[in-house]
Amino acid sequence: MTEITASTHFHVETDSDNIAWLHFNKADSSTNVLNAEVFDQLDQHLAEIARLNPRGLVILSDKRNGFIAGADISAFTRINHTDQALAFLRRGQDVFNRLEALPFPTVALIHGFCLGGGTELSLACRYRVTRDDPGTRMGLPEVKLGIHPGWGGSARLVPLLGGLKAMDLILSGRSIDGRSGKRLGLVDLVVPERHLRAAARKLVLESPAPHQAGWLDRLSNHALVRPLLARVFRQQVGKRANKKHYPSPYAMIDIWRRHATDKPRMLEAEAQSLAQLVNGATARNLVRVFFLQEQLKSLGKDKSYTPQYVHVIGAGTMGGDIAAWCAFRGFRVSLQDQSPERIAPAIKRAHTLFTRKLKTPAKITAAMDRLLPDHKGAGVERADIVIEAIFEDADVKRSLYRDIEPRMKADALLATNTSSIPLEELCGALLRPDRLVGLHFFNPVAMMQLVEVVVGHATSPVVTARAMAFTRQIDRLPLPVTSTPGFLVNRILMPYLMEAVQLEAEGVPPAVIDKAATDFGMPMGPVLLADTVGLDICLHVAEILASHFHAEVPESLKKQVADGHLGRKSGHGFYQYKKGKVVKSTARTGNWNLEDISNRLIDRLLNEAVSCLREHVVENKDLLDAGMIFGTGFAPFRGGPMQYIDAVGAETVYRQLQGLQTLRGERFAPDPGWNTLIHS
Amino acid sequence: MGEQPSGWGGRPVLVVDGSRTPYLKARGKPGPFSAADLAVAAGQPLLARQPFAPDDLDEVILGCVMPSENEANIGRVAALRLGCGERVPAWTVQRNCASGMQSIDSAAHNIASGRSSLVLAGGVEAMSRAPILYNDTMVHWLAAMASARTLPAKLKVLGRLRPGHFKPVIALLHGLTDPVVGLSMGQTAEILAHRFGITRTMMDRYAMRSHVRLADAHKNGLLEEIEVLYDTHGHIYDHDNGVRPDSSLEKLATLRPVFDKPLGNVTAGNSAQVTDGAAWLLLASEELVSRHNLPVLGQLVDSQWAGLDPAQMGLGPCYAMAPILQRHGLDTPDIDFIEINEAFAAQVLACLAAWKDPEFCAKELGRESPFTAIDEERLNVDGGAVAVGHPVGSSGARIVLHLLKVLQRNNARRGMASLCIGGGQGGAMLIERI
Repeated sequence: MTEITASTHFHVETDSDNIAWLHFNKADSSTNVLNAEVFDQLDQHLAEIARLNPRGLVILSDKRNGFIAGADISAFTRINHTDQALAFLRRGQDVFNRLEALPFPTVALIHGFCLGGGTELSLACRYRVTRDDPGTRMGLPEVKLGIHPGWGGSARLVPLLGGLKAMDLILSGRSIDGRSGKRLGLVDLVVPERHLRAAARKLVLESPAPHQAGWLDRLSNHALVRPLLARVFRQQVGKRANKKHYPSPYAMIDIWRRHATDKPRMLEAEAQSLAQLVNGATARNLVRVFFLQEQLKSLGKDKSYTPQYVHVIGAGTMGGDIAAWCAFRGFRVSLQDQSPERIAPAIKRAHTLFTRKLKTPAKITAAMDRLLPDHKGAGVERADIVIEAIFEDADVKRSLYRDIEPRMKADALLATNTSSIPLEELCGALLRPDRLVGLHFFNPVAMMQLVEVVVGHATSPVVTARAMAFTRQIDRLPLPVTSTPGFLVNRILMPYLMEAVQLEAEGVPPAVIDKAATDFGMPMGPVLLADTVGLDICLHVAEILASHFHAEVPESLKKQVADGHLGRKSGHGFYQYKKGKVVKSTARTGNWNLEDISNRLIDRLLNEAVSCLREHVVENKDLLDAGMIFGTGFAPFRGGPMQYIDAVGAETVYRQLQGLQTLRGERFAPDPGWNTLIHS
Repeated sequence: MGEQPSGWGGRPVLVVDGSRTPYLKARGKPGPFSAADLAVAAGQPLLARQPFAPDDLDEVILGCVMPSENEANIGRVAALRLGCGERVPAWTVQRNCASGMQSIDSAAHNIASGRSSLVLAGGVEAMSRAPILYNDTMVHWLAAMASARTLPAKLKVLGRLRPGHFKPVIALLHGLTDPVVGLSMGQTAEILAHRFGITRTMMDRYAMRSHVRLADAHKNGLLEEIEVLYDTHGHIYDHDNGVRPDSSLEKLATLRPVFDKPLGNVTAGNSAQVTDGAAWLLLASEELVSRHNLPVLGQLVDSQWAGLDPAQMGLGPCYAMAPILQRHGLDTPDIDFIEINEAFAAQVLACLAAWKDPEFCAKELGRESPFTAIDEERLNVDGGAVAVGHPVGSSGARIVLHLLKVLQRNNARRGMASLCIGGGQGGAMLIERI
């Protein structure tokens, strides 16, 4: 290898076969991302390589974690004008066009993540080689940030794979491994690490015909087929994303329908449309959500903490699923309950989870082997973390703690999954109360990313940091909250659910209430949510919160529970269920004012959010928004409750609350925290 | 502790702990667990309760007669799945029905000699998952098909396919047949029954007592070495499910002979059950015991393997137990409890008869006087393989472990565990509580 040239972010070598190897190694960053400076340097290198006219060009990354993660997202936040965005996009397109036009074979040599702009760069190469492992992921996830590809991602993917397959990748935003990429035609060779360079060399030297879409795939791009297919795409996207809230996939479908077979036009349309979207509220809020997620991740960064063994006590829905999730994430786990019969259903659910997630028998077996059913509780002594997830009874929990603490390792953490009992009521039973921390998971554990890390008065900073690091290690997002009733998420959610129950009692059909909420952007209506969580559990939490915050629990909820109508699990709640599926009612929403309904629901939620902020349940607005988005799915395109208040104006919401207070009663009384918010 | 040197000529060999799965009766189809699954399920709780980590083990030894095609060196498969880590070597031993005892014997050798200090040794068998094979004609046909290149050639080979090609070879039945003398194990029991005058009623009565004893042991919680099995469908298995507490002589009498049809006496009811299961023992040197402050169940004192006529393999225990007693200057009354694996009721009864028979003892065991008869109240006190089942590779480990538990429970000192081995061998192990 001879080094030819180098810049801040790249260096170029040539080998004995006269193949140029362009190494991307972004300076001062652990990850390769694309920004204006990177494009400038890449452009210069490509111009120089073109002059050299080598046998071929291989582009590869020197970063361990992957090829290119995509555009530098923080660059987005600095774009304020459509023109500015357009210029940035065209610059990238020009560089990729230059790469595509090179007269010799070009290969993207891909390992680890290759997303967004990374995949777009690779599409401008003639061939793509990926490492054969599940950690190598390609994809165009732009729609998840409220945008779509703008550096030729769609313009090049559509002819390569055909409209159907290409649009499926773009509209879903999902990432795929090398083998799936090979099946689709996106990837030319999938090889283990040890053959990566040989594979790239082979493609350059043999220069086979590049992948061509099959006739059926090409047919899906035909002018006569596109309008029909576009309708199907819109229908499918419509099931997941409302056009008003998430315009980008609809824009993408439109671009494809109009320009699928005309690459220059499609490139121009990509850039024009994306420049508009980047400056829209949805993209801005979704980018913010991305950074909130990064912020939560950074809370669990303590790499010096390396627990290996988790012992979970309580094999109910929560305990069992927490244990399974920890085993899935590679921990050795023991799961304790009073008898084998109580543990058995959790083992069955774990197997279902592993089968769904891991697919290959060897990996499923390995995960099952990591999960030890342990009704005798032998794991207490081995565990680095003991997670208690038994039923909500402070006396029983205390007596359990007294029993296990002497057997625990000296530096082991004790975490409780309580959703309602303050840590101060529990830690008295411990010789070392500083080791008790809350890890409040949400149901279903395998779906919900958030874990509230509940910090009691006695909890030590080390224990808190470790609990957050552990939360990251099981790939969940830690949110530190104070040990106050309901913590953050349930406390804010409950008034919203109770208002839904109230509305229902006033005669508004559940389907109408839920429609109002989903139109606002909630992932699931509050009535269906209450039924899904279980009305008994809702009532239990509501009563605890009501006793602390002097609120009232709607009589109709008490009656439902007294009648044994517990929601989905009993087949009967506010809705009826058949085999766990809700029976759709035919209620018409025409006569109801959905906005009034959603205002009542959302305003109560916002009021409680302000109350939590005033009481410092979480440290700041960002963490509050993050908690509600990742803990409840609160309309992500609105950026969270506090962001929504900012957008609407604190004073406006405050007035609305006052109006509702007069009209509907004290439950709408604005929290004192609004004053600070309005005057800040 | 352990003043007596072991029969392996070196350091004393101590048993720290042990566990087994419930033995699950084969129900005519593959059972819920593979052999490796069973070994892992029995070993996990055992290792979880130890004060040392699984990778502190020096080696893992597992007996197994017929591991499945994807369980090559099943000992290593089990060790890795148990989390013992890459650095703990593991191997598999096979001495037919005594494979589980062979693994303990091999572990004892290595501990006595100082090569190992902490060993997990056991046995496993998933008999319900014994493979069903293509017969020879079919294998040849497949080979012909694979080498036919052209369509006409393929069609020609296809035309040779006959229904007879699909007659399967049941590996389990072949495994339970002696390939040298051509007798099934049941037939060797019939031979012993005839030789020692053991009647159908004697066999059935013995079988019934085995069930009653096992049922009582379950009822009274005496099988504390059993660890619960969990399958992936939410079911648990917490006891030996071949036990028939309601067994009666009348019912047993209705069963037909399986091996010598129609006039034989050995039936499914008075034979060991075809079963899946695993058992482990944790063996250690004295030094390791004191280093980790481990409890001691007992000491392995001596062992013996013996060969005999394959057609009379059921007498193996007599040939194996006798030299041990002679070496240590003991007679039957010195042994507090005995386990003789119940391959067949007839075979155990034949052993009891031979043991006290002057002619047999003189001619076969070279003794001037016969041994004192074995007191049946001290033999297989919690039932045997007729009720528990006999997962061939596992039983040897099970009887040693259970015998230790029986000694402990009765605060007794000496025990002898023994089994007959298909192919004409016997194995025995003398153990002591300290």
